[in-house]
Amino acid sequence: MNPIAKVRDAVGHALPSPRGDGHDQVPETGSDAVLVLRGAAVHVAGRALWSSVDLRIKAGEFTAVLGPNGVGKSTMIKVVLGALPAATGEVRVLGVRPGQANDRIGYLPQRRSFDASLRIRGIDVVRMGLDGDRWGVPLPFPGARRRAARERVTEVIELVGASAYAHRPIGQCSGGEQQRLLIAQALVRRPELLLLDEPLDSLDLPNQSAVAALIGRICHQEDVAVVMVAHDVNPILHHLDRVVYLAEGGAATGTPEEVITSKTLTRLYGTPVEVLRTSDGRLVVVGQPEPPAIHTDRHEAYGSGHAAG
Amino acid sequence: MLLADASAAAWSWNLISDFQQMWSFPFMVNAFRAGAIVAVVSAVVGWFVVLRRQTFAAHTVSAVAFPGAAGAVLIGVSAVYGYFALCVAAALVIAVLQGNGDHEESALTGTVQAFLLASGFLFIALYKGLLEGPQTILFGTFLGITASQVTVLLCVGIVVLAVLALIGRPLLFASVDPQVAAGRGVPVRALSVVFLVLLGAATAEASQITGTLLVFALMVIPAATAQVLTARPGLSLMLTVLLAFAATWLGLTAAYYSPYPLGFFVTSIAFAGYLLTLSVRALRGIRGRTGVPLPTEEVAA
Ligand SMILES: Nc1ncnc2c1ncn2[C@@H]1O[C@H](COP(=O)(O)OP(=O)(O)OP(=O)(O)O)[C@@H](O)[C@H]1O
Ligand SMILES: [Mg+2]
Repeated sequence: MNPIAKVRDAVGHALPSPRGDGHDQVPETGSDAVLVLRGAAVHVAGRALWSSVDLRIKAGEFTAVLGPNGVGKSTMIKVVLGALPAATGEVRVLGVRPGQANDRIGYLPQRRSFDASLRIRGIDVVRMGLDGDRWGVPLPFPGARRRAARERVTEVIELVGASAYAHRPIGQCSGGEQQRLLIAQALVRRPELLLLDEPLDSLDLPNQSAVAALIGRICHQEDVAVVMVAHDVNPILHHLDRVVYLAEGGAATGTPEEVITSKTLTRLYGTPVEVLRTSDGRLVVVGQPEPPAIHTDRHEAYGSGHAAG
Repeated sequence: MLLADASAAAWSWNLISDFQQMWSFPFMVNAFRAGAIVAVVSAVVGWFVVLRRQTFAAHTVSAVAFPGAAGAVLIGVSAVYGYFALCVAAALVIAVLQGNGDHEESALTGTVQAFLLASGFLFIALYKGLLEGPQTILFGTFLGITASQVTVLLCVGIVVLAVLALIGRPLLFASVDPQVAAGRGVPVRALSVVFLVLLGAATAEASQITGTLLVFALMVIPAATAQVLTARPGLSLMLTVLLAFAATWLGLTAAYYSPYPLGFFVTSIAFAGYLLTLSVRALRGIRGRTGVPLPTEEVAA
C-alpha cells in the first residue's frame, strides 16, 4: 500500500542534538547508571514478548519506550519494578535487583481512572504516594514532620498545576485532572527514577506538551531518570535523550535520530516502514508499526501552530 | 421476660434520670457497653468495607453468622463462639475464592451463602428445644448480654482495632490505588486477606447486637453516610464512628422504652441519618445549580 521513498538524510539533521555520544551498544554495569538492561528478554504466559534489549540510563536522562499495542511496553515497566522476572539477561535498577529499590521509584501505571463515587480527595491520593506505605497511624498532633509532609504535597500539586481541583473527590475530577494528580503522586517522594506508563494518554494536545515539558524539566533540572512509555513520540520528541523501540522479538535502542529512521524501523519490523519529517519538526511514521491516520490527523489539526524546539 | 418490669418506666425527657433508670439494670449496662464496643469496631471496619466496595463480602459473612450461632447452640456451646468461628471461616473462604484478582467471585460466594443459611434453619429445626427461635439470631437482642460476653466483645474489639491501626495506612493505599501500592512494596494481597478476617470478627461482634440480617446497619450505613458528608479520610472515619455510636445508643434507648426489637431501631435510626444526609446534599446541589454561591463541604472544610 505505502509507496516507500527512501528518506536518507532528511531525518536527523534538524533534530535537537542529544547529550552524550548516544551510542550505547553493550552497556556495562556501572554505579552511575540508574537503569541497566543487558540482553533482557521477557516471557508472559509462556510467550516471548521482546528480547535482547540493551539499555543503560543515567540520572537526568529522558527515555521513551515506543512500540505498537501489545508489544510489551507496560510489561517492561513491570520488569523494572520487579513485578515480573526477566526471562534472560540482566536487569539492574538503581544498582540493585528490580524490586529492591522501589521506594526510590515513582510509578504511574497505564490509564486508570477512579470510580466516580470514590470519596477520597486528590490531595489524599497524592499524600499516599508520600507515606501511604508506612505501617501504623500517624500521630494526631501537629509536628515538624507532619508540616513538612503537608508542604511537600502542596508543593508538588502546585508543580503539576493541580491546585484548583486537588481538594475535590478524585472520582469527580476529569481524566486529565486525575492524570496530573497521579503524576504529582509519582513525584512526591522525589524519586530517582520515574516510570511513566502513557502519562499523556488522556490529555489534550496543549496539555500533552505542557506535561511533557514539566516532566522534561524535572528530568533535566532535578537529575531524575525518566522512562516514559508513549504512544506518540512527537509531544516529547524535543525532550528525549534516548528511545527504545520495541517490536515483536527484537528492540532498537539509541537516540531518536538513530532509531526513528526508515532504515532502523524497517529492519526492526521486517516490513517497509517510512519515517517522514514535517516542516515543523514532527516525525510521522508511515506503514508499520503505527497507523498513519492518527499522526496525519494530529498534524493537520494542530501541527501548523506548533513549533517544535 | 425481663423486660416486663423494665418497660413499666416511661421516657421522661430528663436524660439524666432516664439513663440512671435504664442503668439501674445490670443487663442494660451490659447492653450499652456491648453496643458501644460493637458500634466503634464495626464502624471502623465498615468504613474500609465501603471504601473497598466489599459490601457483598460483608453481607455474605453476616449471613453466615446465622448458621454459626444456631449450630453452636445445637452442639451446646455459647452462640458467641459460633458467630466468631463461622464469620472468620467465611471470610477466609472468600479470601481464597478471590484468588489473585481483587474481584469477588460473586456467584460462588452467593451459592455458599445460600447453603449455609439453609443449614442454619436445619440446625434450628433439629434443636427444637429452648432456642427462642431464629428471630433473636436474625434480628438481634439486647436482653441477656452477660458481663463475660462484654469482655469477649471488648477483647476481640481491641485486637481488631489494634490490627487496623497497624495496617490502616497501607490498607487505605491498597484500597484506593492497588497498582501503585504494590509497586511501592505494599503487600496488597496479604492485606486483603487480613482485612477479610477483621471483617469476619467485626461482623461476628455486630451480629450479637443487631442480629445477623441487620449487620449492615452498623457496618455500612454509618460509613456510607459519612462518606457522603466529607471526602477527608480522617474526618469521615471519625464521623462514621460517631454515627454508629449514636445509632446504637439511641436504638438501645428506644428499644428499652418500647416493645419493638432493637435491630429495627438501630437500622431505622442509621437509615434516617443516611436519608437526611442525602437530601441535604441534593438540596445543596439544587441551590448550587440555581446560582446561590455555596462552598462545597470539601472546599469549606
Ligand atoms: N497477565 C497476563 N497474562 C497473559 N498475557 C498477558 C498478561 N499481561 C499482559 N499480557 C500480554 O502481554 C502482551 C504485552 O502486554 P503489555 O501490556 O505490556 O502491552 P503494551 O505494549 O503496554 O500495550 P499497550 O500499548 O496496549 O499498552 C500483550 O499481548 C498481553 O496480551
Ligand atoms: Mg501498556
